[in-house]
This record gives sequence, C-alpha cells and structure tokens, in this order.
Amino acid sequence: MTSKKNNNRIEVVKTWKLYMGGAFPRSESGRSTEVTNAGGRIVGHVCRASRKDLRDAVDTARKAAEGWARRSGYNRGQILYRMAEMAEGRRDELTRAIVDCRGGSTAEARRETDATIDRLVSMAGWTDKVDQVHGCRNQVAGAFHDMSIPEPMGVVGVIAPKKPSLLGLVSLIAPALATGSVVVALGSEPHPIPTVLLGEICATSDVPDGVVNLLTGRTNELLPHFASHRNLNAVMAAGLSAKQRKELQVGAVDALTRTRPSLDSKPFDDDDYWTSPAILAPYLEIKTLWHPIGS
Amino acid sequence: MPEALQSESGWAYAPAPETTSITIEDRYGLFIDGRFVAPRSRRRFDSINPSNEETITSIGEAGEADVDRAVEAARKAFRTWSRTSPLVRAKYLYRIARRIQERARELAILETMDGGKPIRESRDVDVPLVAQHFFYHAGWCDKLKWAIPGNLDPRPVGVCAQVIPWNFPLMMAAWKIAPALACGNTVVLKPAETTSLTALRLAEIFDECELPPGVVNIITGAGETGRHLVEHPGVDKVAFTGSTQVGKRIATACAGTRKKVTLELGGKSPNIIFADAAIDQAIEGVVAGIWFNQGHVCCAGSRLFVEESIHDEFVRRLQHRMSKLRLGDPLDKNTDIGAINSRDQLEKINAYLDCGVEEGACLNHDSRQELPEKGFWCRPTFFTGVQPAARIAREEIFGPVLSVMTFRTPEEAIERANDSPYGLSAGIWTDKGSKAFEMASRLKAGIVWCNTFNKFDAASPFGGYKESGWGREGGRHGLAAYLK
Repeated sequence: MTSKKNNNRIEVVKTWKLYMGGAFPRSESGRSTEVTNAGGRIVGHVCRASRKDLRDAVDTARKAAEGWARRSGYNRGQILYRMAEMAEGRRDELTRAIVDCRGGSTAEARRETDATIDRLVSMAGWTDKVDQVHGCRNQVAGAFHDMSIPEPMGVVGVIAPKKPSLLGLVSLIAPALATGSVVVALGSEPHPIPTVLLGEICATSDVPDGVVNLLTGRTNELLPHFASHRNLNAVMAAGLSAKQRKELQVGAVDALTRTRPSLDSKPFDDDDYWTSPAILAPYLEIKTLWHPIGS
Repeated sequence: MPEALQSESGWAYAPAPETTSITIEDRYGLFIDGRFVAPRSRRRFDSINPSNEETITSIGEAGEADVDRAVEAARKAFRTWSRTSPLVRAKYLYRIARRIQERARELAILETMDGGKPIRESRDVDVPLVAQHFFYHAGWCDKLKWAIPGNLDPRPVGVCAQVIPWNFPLMMAAWKIAPALACGNTVVLKPAETTSLTALRLAEIFDECELPPGVVNIITGAGETGRHLVEHPGVDKVAFTGSTQVGKRIATACAGTRKKVTLELGGKSPNIIFADAAIDQAIEGVVAGIWFNQGHVCCAGSRLFVEESIHDEFVRRLQHRMSKLRLGDPLDKNTDIGAINSRDQLEKINAYLDCGVEEGACLNHDSRQELPEKGFWCRPTFFTGVQPAARIAREEIFGPVLSVMTFRTPEEAIERANDSPYGLSAGIWTDKGSKAFEMASRLKAGIVWCNTFNKFDAASPFGGYKESGWGREGGRHGLAAYLK
C-alpha cells in the first residue's frame, strides 16, 4: 500500500464499506478494490460487491419498501430535506471525495456537490405533490368515480453513471425516494467514494434502514443480476454502453421488470429537466380506481 | 325478476336473432396505403364463424414483402401526418367516430359473427367504446402540450406496429389506433387471425372518412406476420396486446433497438368479496368479472376470494345465478354466453377443466344446459375447493372458468391476491369505505374495481403491474406511449 508521508504522519487510508439495511457491511465475498485518483495514487479501498450482496440488499430493501411507501409525503419530504441538510454539513468532504477520485478542479467538484444538495432539496418538495401532478380524476361516461393514482414502483435498482459520480447517483436515487420507492444502487465504478459517503449521509439523516442501499463494484459483473432479479420492480440506469443497455433490457424480460437503460438523455446539471415531473414518471406505476356513484 | 317467474316449467325465451343482412365480400385483401391490395405472399386463410364453424370469408395473409410495403407506406405518410395541423388531425378522428356510430349495428353484427361474442355485448359494450375512443382521442390532438407533466414539446414517435388479440377485435384496434393518430403517428395494425373482419371494415371507414393514405395500414395474418411487423427496422414503436408469452418474445426482439414498447398482457385477477358486501350486487359483479365475453378477457376476475363466513351461501347463490345464464347463438339478443373464439382456445380451456378436476377441485356447471351441435362451446363454470397452488388458481385460462377460494382476514386476502406474477386488475366488494381504500392501495394491480368489475372507458387508463405488461392505454396516461 502506498502511503503519503506528511510531517512524519502515516495517513489513515480508509476502507469504505457497503451501505445496506442501515449498516455498513463488507462484501460477503471479502473482495475489495483499490481506488486510485487521476494521478494513480491510492486514495482508499472500497468493497467489490458480489451477486450475493446485491441479493441481500434487495431483500433488505423489500422489507423496507412498504413502510416507506406508506409514510406520508410530508414525512418523506422532511427526510429528503434532512439528507440535504446533512450533505450541506459535509459539503467539503463530498467535494474532496469527487476530486480525490476523479481529479479535476475543486471548483468544478464544488459545483457538482452543490447541484447534488440542491437536487435533494428540490426532490424533497415533490413528495407530497407528485399525486396531484401525475394523478387525475378521469371523466368516464357513467356513474362512476374514477381516478388514476401514481404509486411507487416498490424496489428500484439504480446503476449510476461513471460520472458525475455524486450528482449522477443522486439524480437517479432521489426521484425514487421522493415517489415512495426504496433503492438498491450501484455507484460509479471508477469513482466510488462519493457513493459510500452518501451512505454515511443517509445513515445520519433519518432515512429508515433499508430504504437506501448502496453498493460499490463492477458494473459488468452486477448488471445482469440487476436486470434479472425478480424482486426488483424497476431498474434505472445511466451512462451504459449500447451493449450494456441491451443486456439490461434482455435480462429484464423474464420478469418484465421496468427498465430505463438510459435515463441520462439530458446532462445531469440541467436542473430544469432533472427536477421536472417528467423524470418522476419512470418511477411510477399508475393505478386506476373505480367506484360506482349513487345510493 | 322474482324466482317464481323463471320456473323450470316454461317461460322460455323465444329466439330473437339479430338480422345478418350485411355485406361481406368473398375475399379480402390487405389495406395498405389507402387501398385494398392482394397479398404479395399469395397466401390466404379462411375466417370462420365459431358458433357454427361456417366459413365467412377468405382473408389475405401478409408475408414479409407485404409487411415491408405497409411499413413503407406508414413511413411515407408519417412525414405529412406528423406535420398536419393538430386540429385537422382531430377533425379526421371526430369524423371516424361519427361514422363508427352510424355504422354501429353493422360492426356489432360482424364482430359477433366473426368472434362469437354475444350481440348484446358487441352492441352495448364493444362498439360504443370504439366510437368513444376515437371521439375522446380526437379531442387530445391539439392539447398534447398539456398532457404529459414536464413534456412541453411532445412529438410523435413515428411508425407504430400494433398487434392485437381476438377477444375484443374492434375495441383493441380502436385502443391502439386512436391515441397513435391523435399524437401524430402512423400505424400498421395486425388483427388476430381469427378476427380480421371488423378491422378491415374499420379500414373501409377510414377510407370513407378520407383519412390520408398510409396513415393507417391494416395487414392480416397470424403470428408470423406479427413477428415480421414488430421486428421490422422501419418501426419506431411496438404496441402489443396478447399473451404474456408472446409479449416477452416481443420485448426480447425489441431490446437494444430504438423501439418504444408497450405491452398489455395476461392476468389472473382477484375478485375479493367481504362478508359486509352487498351480496346481490357482488354476485352480479362476479358474473360480469368472469363470464363477460366467455371469460376471454385479460382482466377477468378469475380468482374469486370469498370471506369464509359467507362462502357456502355465496356459492349457492352464484350457482343459482350461473344456471340462469343463457348460452347459445351469439346473434340472439337474449344470449349471455356466446361461442368460444376458436377450436384451439376451446381445447386449452377443456384441458384446464380436466386439470382442475385432477387437482381435486370441485367442478360446478349447469349440465342441463345444452350445447349447440356445431361450433365451439363451454358452459360457464366455477371450481370450489381450489388449492392456492393449483394450476387453475395460478394460470390464465382465458375462458369462462372461475376458481373460488376463501379468506379470513383482509391481511390474508391481500397476501393471496398479490401472490401472482400478474397484476392487471382486482375487484373489492365491501360496504366499508375505509376497508375498500386500504385494500385498493395495497393490491398490486393497475385497475382496481371497487363494488363493480370489468368497466372500461376511453378516459380511464388501462394496464397492469408486474408481468401483466408495460404502460397504460386510454386516458391521459395512455398518451405517453405515443409521444416522445
């Protein structure tokens, strides 16, 4: 292991663990990967999640799904806002994590951090409004009350893009949380430290255990298991190659899992797009309810 | 009607057949680029009347070259149709809706002859909904900017390949074509091979309404034609209604392409009766849920869950009500149960009947009910004593066959109702509002009917959770499938 001498002090290089069910386990496989920065220096170690870790995370998420969905939008909104508060408190740390992994300027990384925090703030506001915007009463030709209500997908798999490592991940996770789904996410493969830092933020933000589950590892290794896992209701992805997108879609056919293999049709810093109701739609399942009117 | 008036001793209904004096050609071609043309494949097949097995007409079978030609016509028409002023598009659709209303009787008779469903249903349900679908979507043409939250610049997707089943032939055609055209797309539609006639009649109506050539192309044929169509590289969007098995094949074929896919697939929908329900209404709801259209309904309430305390009484009354259903000539206005759509389907249903008995369930039907000598028929049937793991409790039968089971608590009802790979519809019968809402919010189904069942409307989105499909059809939400 490389270490950097700094006034004769040996730096403590952290091994970042997975975030699952509110706890920070290592990969059951015992595998870990070095994280190197742009200059080739080792900045930490992360767990390399296995298929079994993914399955464990999905089980944990499933247990948390109904409770999260049944919370009021008001309550979920406050929790998302709390995430933003905690992220704000660790703004410098998040920025450093982005720079450590990816290199580039601090100013650029800070813009990404700020956009991420603002994304959480914006999404906190959607929780109790999504029904009004995506639902409606249907004027049917008969004596019925008929309404369409958006419901959460349930357990949503997220495959985050390589970059922007923090903003990309949060852009895909936050709409799930805002609309009442729970998440199992695989963070950026080359730049994973912001992912695990987000886990620490979730753990201190009143996010109920199991609602957010974060994995680090290899996209190509885990993608087929995301695609074919029968207990994932949907898989959202960004930054995939054409081959990976097809693999995701083909793998999802057996359970007819809803997939969005390329949610990143617009840049992640396009706030108008990423905070609009359009990006919530893929996370919603529409339920239509009929009841007769009359005595 | 009081029971006494329906005694065994008589009061039989006199036959009341609908007249069939409508014109049917000896042979039909494919409707491509605004004209009826002979299939280049040179292949044809017969369409028969499933209630008497008589040949009605000869239908052209579209081969690969015909599919090419149809997609090409739709591609060409897309250039102008997608740029046609929205209100002009609307006026074509309104015109079509009007002509459907005016030709309703003819369409209902054809639908019943070709598919076997009772004229009462094709006349009172199918055809009115077809007209409504065009009328409803006509109104959307110039309002699409306000339809999809967050999409202020919606654009048509392109050429839509639409493949539809035989259970609601004309209605499915309308569900597919009307929103596609309203959003500025063009269409190649393939009806099911046993029920092509009304789609071809609809083509005549399009022609009559001067819909520009190529905007809708209707090609007839079986699975192979459908496969060529959905796999055609000139197609931008695939919309399919049919079996989950075929739906998955289509999803696989479209993976990795630019094609947008919506699927309306199978179901094994629960219908849940609580002891506090209005029982007479619930019985009618069960009848509508499973015996409407001979049970050839993807959202049929084919798993009945009755609260244990009322099971015996409920079953007794259901048996009584079932024995009053009139099976026979679909063109007779008094017929409740028409013919099974095809011999194939009848064989599948019969195999499930055998399977249910072998699995130890108790089969109930009215064996006094005589079946016509010719044609394909199945008595309305229900099974009691059905184990949750039984095939008749898990697999879609797509026939007039109901599996009756019991539950003790709402919790158990939810658990058992949701224990299915499907999630199309669900029914709840209770007089207690809070319980209805609790159940409705926890059932994993795209349509939840409370104290009613099998109601449809152009304004109401239809579509399922889980393996019942992707996307919605109808209503504001249905438009999303045809816009980008």
